[in-house]
Formats: sequence, C-alpha cells, structure tokens
Amino acid sequence: MAGKIKSLLILGAVVLTTAALAWAGSDTRPKASGVPMPVIQKAVKGEQCVEDTDYMRRNHMVVLDQHRDKVVIEGIRTKKHSLKECIECHASETTGSVAAAKDDFCVSCHSYAAVKIDCFDCHSTKPQGSIAMHSLNAETAHYKHKLAAQATSKVSVEEMAGVAQ
Amino acid sequence: MASITFREVEGSSLKYWLLFGGLGLFVLFGALAWNTMHHYGHVVTGMDNQIVWGLPHVFAVFLIVAASGALNVASIASVFNKPMYKPLAPLSAILSLALMLGGLLVLVLDLGRSDRLIVAMTNFNFKSMFTWNVFLYSGFFGLVGVYLWTMLDRSVKSYSKAAGTAAFIWRLVLTTGTGSLFGFLIARELYGTAMLAPMFIIMSFAYGLAIYLMVLAAAYAWTGRALGDAVMMRLKGLLVVFVAAVLYFVVVHHLTNLYFAKFHGVEAFILRDGGIFTTLFWVGQIVIGGVAPLVILLSGLGKQRTWIMVACGLVVAGGMAQMYVTIIGAQAYPLDMFPGLIVNSSFYDGVVHSYTPSMPELFLGLGGVAIALLVTTFAIKVLRLLPVSLDDATVAKLEH
Amino acid sequence: MSELKPMSDQVPASPERRRFVGAAAATAAGLTIAPGVMLYQVAHGRPEEQAASSAVRWGMLVDATKCATGCNDCVTACSTENGWTPVAESKHPKQAPQWIRKLELQDPLTQMETNLPMMCQHCAEPPCVDVCPTGASFKRADGIVLVDRHTCIGCRYCMMACPYKARSLVHEHLNDTQKPDVPRGIGCVEACTFCVQKVDRGDGNTACAEACTAAGHNALLFGDMNDPESEISKRLRELPTKQVRVDLNLNLGVRYHGI
Repeated sequence: MAGKIKSLLILGAVVLTTAALAWAGSDTRPKASGVPMPVIQKAVKGEQCVEDTDYMRRNHMVVLDQHRDKVVIEGIRTKKHSLKECIECHASETTGSVAAAKDDFCVSCHSYAAVKIDCFDCHSTKPQGSIAMHSLNAETAHYKHKLAAQATSKVSVEEMAGVAQ
Repeated sequence: MASITFREVEGSSLKYWLLFGGLGLFVLFGALAWNTMHHYGHVVTGMDNQIVWGLPHVFAVFLIVAASGALNVASIASVFNKPMYKPLAPLSAILSLALMLGGLLVLVLDLGRSDRLIVAMTNFNFKSMFTWNVFLYSGFFGLVGVYLWTMLDRSVKSYSKAAGTAAFIWRLVLTTGTGSLFGFLIARELYGTAMLAPMFIIMSFAYGLAIYLMVLAAAYAWTGRALGDAVMMRLKGLLVVFVAAVLYFVVVHHLTNLYFAKFHGVEAFILRDGGIFTTLFWVGQIVIGGVAPLVILLSGLGKQRTWIMVACGLVVAGGMAQMYVTIIGAQAYPLDMFPGLIVNSSFYDGVVHSYTPSMPELFLGLGGVAIALLVTTFAIKVLRLLPVSLDDATVAKLEH
Repeated sequence: MSELKPMSDQVPASPERRRFVGAAAATAAGLTIAPGVMLYQVAHGRPEEQAASSAVRWGMLVDATKCATGCNDCVTACSTENGWTPVAESKHPKQAPQWIRKLELQDPLTQMETNLPMMCQHCAEPPCVDVCPTGASFKRADGIVLVDRHTCIGCRYCMMACPYKARSLVHEHLNDTQKPDVPRGIGCVEACTFCVQKVDRGDGNTACAEACTAAGHNALLFGDMNDPESEISKRLRELPTKQVRVDLNLNLGVRYHGI
C-alpha cells in the first residue's frame, strides 16, 4: 500500500513539473534565462531621443532626479530632460501611456530589471494630449490630422509641427 | 552589588511560549494592518483631512512618552545614587528601549509614504521639531544601549554613572521635544503653549513608572521569583508623586486657558460640550488616570499588591485617555479663523469634527504595544536583566 | 496679460524713473511683438531656463463684497485645472482634498453674511514650512508655498500646523487620473499652488481668478505684489484689506477686502 502511494506521489510530481515547465515555456517572446525580454517600442514622435540610447539607459534616473529638483524648487522648466516631454514622445500608440500595459515603454524594461517605478504614483503616464512639441517623423507623419483636430490656436498645423526646441 | 545575582528567565514553560505567541499574533495583526493602510492608502482609516492624526498617533506618542519615563528607575539608581534602585535598573533600561521601539514603529508605519523612510533620514529641515526628533530618538537608542551595556558588562561598569547621566539628560531633551511637537503649533488653541513640554515630561514619569511596576510585578510573579514589599512600597510612593504632578499640570493648563475669553469656546468643548472628549477628559483622564489611583495608593488598599497593580492599570488607561484628548480632541475643535463669526463650508469648517477609529488603526497601535512587550519578554530570557531575588532581606543589605 | 519688464539689470533709482522706463519698454516691446502675439499662444512669462526670483511676489486679492452665496466657480475651475475631484462627487467626502473652498460667515449679532473663498494663504512666514521634517513643504523664491512631493513622506505635520486648514492628504490611489501638468499622488500632502504650472508658462493668472473674472464677478485678482504697476498692487493701494488671522503675523500672500 505504502509503495503504491509513493509511486503515485512521484508520478504526480513528474506531471506537475512538466506542466510547470511547459507553462513557463509558453511565452513566445525571446528570453534571457526564462524572463521575457523587454519590448522596446519605437517612440511615436521625434527623430531621436534628447540623449543617446546608451547614455539614457544608464543615466535616465540621474537625469530625471537632477531635473526634478530644478523644476520644483527653482522653477527652471527646461524641456530637454523633462519627464513630461519624455512621455510626449514615448507614449505607446495603442495605450496612449508609458506605463499602462506591460509592453509600454517604462514598464517593459522596469519589470525586466525588477526596479519599482515610483514616478507614476504622482505623475500622469499620458502626454498632454493637445499640441505636440516635437516634430513628427516620416513614420508618424500621419498623426498630423489627429493633431489638427486637437489644435486650439489659429496657427497652422505645419507650423506647429515644425516648432523647434 | 555583590549581594545581588542577576539571572536570565528560564523561559521554557508552556505559559512563556503562550505569552510569546500571543504577543507575536498581535505583532502579526499590526503588520497586516500596516500592509492594508499602505496598499490602499489612508482611505481605509478613520483619519481624514480634519482629524489628521488619530489612534495610531495616540498609541505612538503614549509609548514614546512612557519609554522615556520607564528609564526613570535606572536614572534614580545611576544618576542619583540610590542603592535600592540599582538592581531594578537593567529592566528599566530594556523596557525603555522596547517601548520606544514600539512607539516609533507605529509612528513610522502610519506615514502616508512609509516606503520613504530613507528620505526622512537623509533630508532634514532643522527648523522642524520632527527632524530633531529623528536625531533624538536614534540617539536615545544608542545612549540607552550603551547604558545597558555598562550595567551588564562588568568590564565597563565604571562608566555606568556617566552613561546614565547622559541618557537621563538626553531623555529629558527627547520628551521636551515630544511635547514641543504640539507646543510649537500656533494654529490650534490647545497647542501652542510652553506648558506642553514640561507636562509631557511629568506624564512620562507617571506612565513609565506605572508600566514598569506592572512589568516588574508580572515578571516576578510569573517566574516565581521573590519581590519584596520594600521595593513595591518605594516605587508606589514615587508613582503617587508623579500622578499628583500630572494632575497639577492639567489643572494649571486649563485654568489658565479659562481666563482668556478667546479660549472659552475650546475649553467649553473639552470640559462640557465635547461628548466623547468630555467623557474621556473627566472620567478617563481625571478620575481614572488621576484621582482613583491616588485614592487607592494613599489608602490602606495601597499596601496590597493587587491594588497597586489596579492603580497602575488605571494610570495607563487614564494616560491613553489623556493622549486621546490632547491629540484628537484638539483637532476635533474647528480652527478659529474668524473669531465671533459662525462659519460654514464644504470642508467642515466651523463644525466639530467627528472621528471613528478604524480596525487597521487599532491593530497598528496594538501591534506597537505587542512589539514592546515581545522585546521585553525575549530580552529577559536571553539577558541577565532580572535579579534572582528582590525580597526585603536582599534589598535591605543594599542600603548599607 | 502681464506686463513686460525692462531687460536691463540696473535698477532705476526712483519709482518715477522705473515707471517711465517700464512704460517705454512696454510700448516698444508691445509694438514689436504684437503681430507675433496674435499668431502664437506664446509663453510671455519668464524664459524656461530662468529660475523663479524673489523680485516677484505672487499674491491674490479677494473682494468678499463681490463674492456671491452659492457660487462655486472658483472651486470648479480649480478642480478642473488641477485634477482633483470636487467634494460633491467624492465617495469619501471627509477625506476628499479641497484646494479651495467657499466659506459662508455669519455674524450672530446682526445675521449679516459674508462669503469668501479660502485657500492656501501663501504666507511669507509659513508654519507648514517650519514643521516639515524633510523640507518638502517649502516656499519658492517668488512666494508660492509648495509641496515637493518627491520628498514628502506623508507625516501630515504641516496639516496640523496650518492655521487655515489649507492642506489635504491624498487618501487613495489616483489611478492615473492626474493632469500631466499637475502631478499629485497617494500619501502625499497637497494644497493650492497659485496654479504654478500656469504662472510658470506665462499665463500670469490662476484658474480661480480667471473663472471668477470670466463669470463677471471679479472677486479674485491675482498678480505680482512686488510690481507697483500691476493691477493687484494698484487695487491694494485703493481698497482697505485684511489678512485672515492677522494676529499670527504671517504676512500672507492672500489679502481680503470686505471681512
């Protein structure tokens, strides 16, 4: 009797392990040792980021940290390192946000690196929604009509889209 | 002190582990309460934009004030050189540390952003009493820790007086700081007075000693060690003085306030019209916390150990009531922005603010109490804090 | 529309000279950029890389005699601009933030009623700044008292200290309903910011004052109290004004007429 229970338990363990491995392997995204790689979506607007990619990957937190103190305490609101401006370009086309869904720009890498994002307890994850400040690129030129619908001033959309920083 | 032997409590009986487990359960509930408050936000509590500091702060401030006072017995031994108190000193120090830990944990876990404790420990505003408190509380742990070490380790025993004096002065500053947390606030009539700092000091003497007495008696009764009447009578006499002094401060505070026409509203609220606050003031703070213990301790009943314990319990209950009235009662009365006018708004101006404590707040506060007692229970098992015997004969030898 | 200041660093010696230079510069500048102003919604406040300066002191004048019973335009405008839920729509009214609220005062002797909006008074000596343990509650150089939510730990000591009950705690998750211009979050304390996001981009006015003026009541006037030529400074010289709880001597940025 005890032998039967033992073999039943071993069989059960084997079945469960196989199922677990299969389930873990069911995610079709490329993996690094079992964790899904981050999906880095191309930004909707702008030709390139304000700093180059490698620098941003390593230092974006420092950049944001220094900028936020200047903004809040001194009132210096330059646009180059502004979180709001990051969101303007990097908001996902589908969710309209940088942190709503698991493939959105910020969340994708942060969940891969297991670093909790504190920003969005307070900051909106969505762009302003009215006039875009960065020029549209070739791939996103079709957004021109969307912007025209949201524009509230009398300036033509071409001029608005071409406003340089 | 060659005649006094300190020994760890054996701590292997079922009752010990039941006590340990029971306290641990309350610590667990406290942790769960904090988790709920942190996850959902303060919306799950009874605190709102009118009653900003609630039941957790009542518990926290009570524990912190009591912690400071619990060190009294040790201070009398080391600083004032009273030999009878010397064997009582180690328990006093550990209880002080434990109560402070419990109080601070409740305070810190109630923060709106309790995950930002590092920010609180690295960003300072030296005009704020709260910032000074960060240093005072950390320094307290350090100093009392050193003081305890000089009591336990024979090689550094000679530094005991210096450490004890440093701890004594430090905790007077600390309790002044705790009282000044409220004393420095100009916005509310019941705060903004220099009376609060010395009142908190004298309250700490009373609450700390009451808790110490209860822990001492319980520890000796439950471990079968002898605790003579000489010790109890001496400590009881001290408690009488402290409780009377607290009553004095309360009377002076309110009598002075009653003299000013602009405080008539708030005093009428506390003393007559405040509903629960008036009940807590007269029945809780004055009768239960002051008059009844004095009557018990000064009469023939005061010679019986059970009645002394009852009196200590009443002092603690009255102390909680006093903290509730001081912290929450002062917030319940609306701010007087337009004296003499009737005010109405959507933000509850001009009306007395109601407050119903919620379960998470209660369990967070009780969790703090449980941690304090748990630390003490554990410490007396692993450290040589309690004398083997404190019967009258042993104690009498100390006096010579 | 705020006036343009002279660009020179030298401070004119006398007030008349200052006024002349200011007026001349304003006229010249106005003529130059007038066509541009019509084309763009240009930020005509200070440039974005320039810090707020103590040369400016933002303030508000509330004319309580023009404030109507039952009118909530300022409250609605504030909640819309800054993204907080008006208390009437909140599921937990006692815990709902209110950056600005209407007070109805009544004299028990005469039954005379006064109405006024109450918000953060932007004191020059703010008690909330004194008590904040981390320095999150601070006064900006141009007089606006703010909460740096990056450093706020939610201890609510500033709420205990404020003599005007101006501050509110955010009691629950906001679930990404914040306005991108106005970050605010759970567990942190907040209050009226004099619409600092609008002030910094050059609107020169707050949402509440704009709404009150648009509705025709004209009870709220916002501006630079350090500029003797600003509308608010001129009105302050004409009208007798009081500060609420003036005995506390906090030198408020909000002055009331008619209380």
